[in-house]
Amino acid sequence: MASLITCPHCGVRPKEEFTIRGDASLIRPAPTASDEAWHDYVYVRANPRGRTLEHWQHVAGCRRFLVIERDTFTHEVHSVTDGAAFARENGR
Amino acid sequence: MRYSAFSIVKNALSGNLKWKPQWRQAEPKSHYDVIIVGGGGHGLATAYYLTKEFGVKNVAVLEKGYLGSGNVGRNTTIVRSNYMLPGNEPFYEFSMKLWEGLERELNYNVMLSQRGVIMLYHSDGQRDAYIRRGNAMWMEGVAAELIERDQLKKMIPFLNYDHARYPILGGLLQRRAGTARHDAVAWGYARGADRHGVDIIEHCEVTAIRRENGVVTGVETTKGFIGCNKLALAAAGNTSRVGEMADLKLPIESHVLQAFVTEGLKPCIDHVIVYGGGHFYISQSDKGGLVFGAEIDGYTSYAQRGNLATAEHVMEEGVTMIPGLSRVRVLRSWAGVMDMSMDGSPIIDRTPIDNLYLNCGWCYGGFKATPASGYCFAHLIAKNDTHPVARALRLDRFARGYAVDEAGAGPQPNLH
Repeated sequence: MASLITCPHCGVRPKEEFTIRGDASLIRPAPTASDEAWHDYVYVRANPRGRTLEHWQHVAGCRRFLVIERDTFTHEVHSVTDGAAFARENGR
Repeated sequence: MRYSAFSIVKNALSGNLKWKPQWRQAEPKSHYDVIIVGGGGHGLATAYYLTKEFGVKNVAVLEKGYLGSGNVGRNTTIVRSNYMLPGNEPFYEFSMKLWEGLERELNYNVMLSQRGVIMLYHSDGQRDAYIRRGNAMWMEGVAAELIERDQLKKMIPFLNYDHARYPILGGLLQRRAGTARHDAVAWGYARGADRHGVDIIEHCEVTAIRRENGVVTGVETTKGFIGCNKLALAAAGNTSRVGEMADLKLPIESHVLQAFVTEGLKPCIDHVIVYGGGHFYISQSDKGGLVFGAEIDGYTSYAQRGNLATAEHVMEEGVTMIPGLSRVRVLRSWAGVMDMSMDGSPIIDRTPIDNLYLNCGWCYGGFKATPASGYCFAHLIAKNDTHPVARALRLDRFARGYAVDEAGAGPQPNLH
């Protein structure tokens, strides 16, 4: 992937300042949701070959969680959004 | 042709011009009893044992590239069975036993070298964890030895024992573990399967899975439709993409793992050494190159190439453990795409579709598992029943709460 990530708060930084948490397209089910819904949320992944949304945290910078849209084949980063802003925009 | 001293002499005398190809270039028939998707080590081993051990005839292996172009040619060639969990250790030990008889079984030199795998520890806590692991191995009848620092210094003098952060205090040794020639494993299984009538069809990519009335009837490929009674998926790295063709929802992420080889040196590293301070492993090939790797790059990837920053991190770990490594030139690096499962352990199971079988989720550990994976998968396909040593590796273990989490990292694939 591009070895640089443009943090919306800190600017262009090497990706080593970040840690990855994983798939950001998952939506946490309600506490009362079925076992199957929870199983899918915890264990099942779409794992696309192409664009994907991921949570990354800028641990060596602003420590904010970010949502990064990245291509899993070309390693290209398409967009970086603050995690909270992403959640608001998507009505979560 | 069986290989022997006689066949070598005979071919040498005729100028080495009369060696036969090791497997036929097969064209697909219209229908097979079993089609295996993926001509890697696991797919080929499955085909071999299906025909040899379980008497299934009319089998094809479909490979989208050429044999050995996937992970079987993209690893650090280590074979070992020093696992801890009851669901894992018998499986990998079964594999180790098959490795020990593999050359005779296949009549093929896979260059198995039982040079010993030693995992270093750097703290009292880590020593205790390794003692526990060693005991767990003994409970399954697998020998393990704890090597104290003084003894280790005699065995492996060139390590950095006095590192301020990660001093080396000792190691856990499995003497029967070692390395094997990875390409030869693929070629040996391919030759063996071919001899038992398996059609190995290279450059044949599966593009869709055809289903009728809830069962798989065949696959669409770049060489046309091929029908089958049973379809077996062994497409590590791309399992999610192949599974999607049959609407399978899988607990898999694809990650990239890099490996490196240096210029050829005189023999200097006698064992496989695993650095417990990070996750660095190194051995020396018979050609003299040092072969090493470390952790995955950390993010999901389908590219057979890694990130340069991770390469730098691997070198740092290596030099921390062996300072002399800084003076050796790296010749090549490569990366493999692997299924990282949600608990770090593989999956060999039936799927919700009756005649569709799944072999995936090998994480870092696919190469060492090749013989047992093939054997157990063939057992499953032929008998529709799980082999006893693979019982813990079922697909529904997450839903049932029986994850086999060797690293104790939870459902976080990039941490396994």
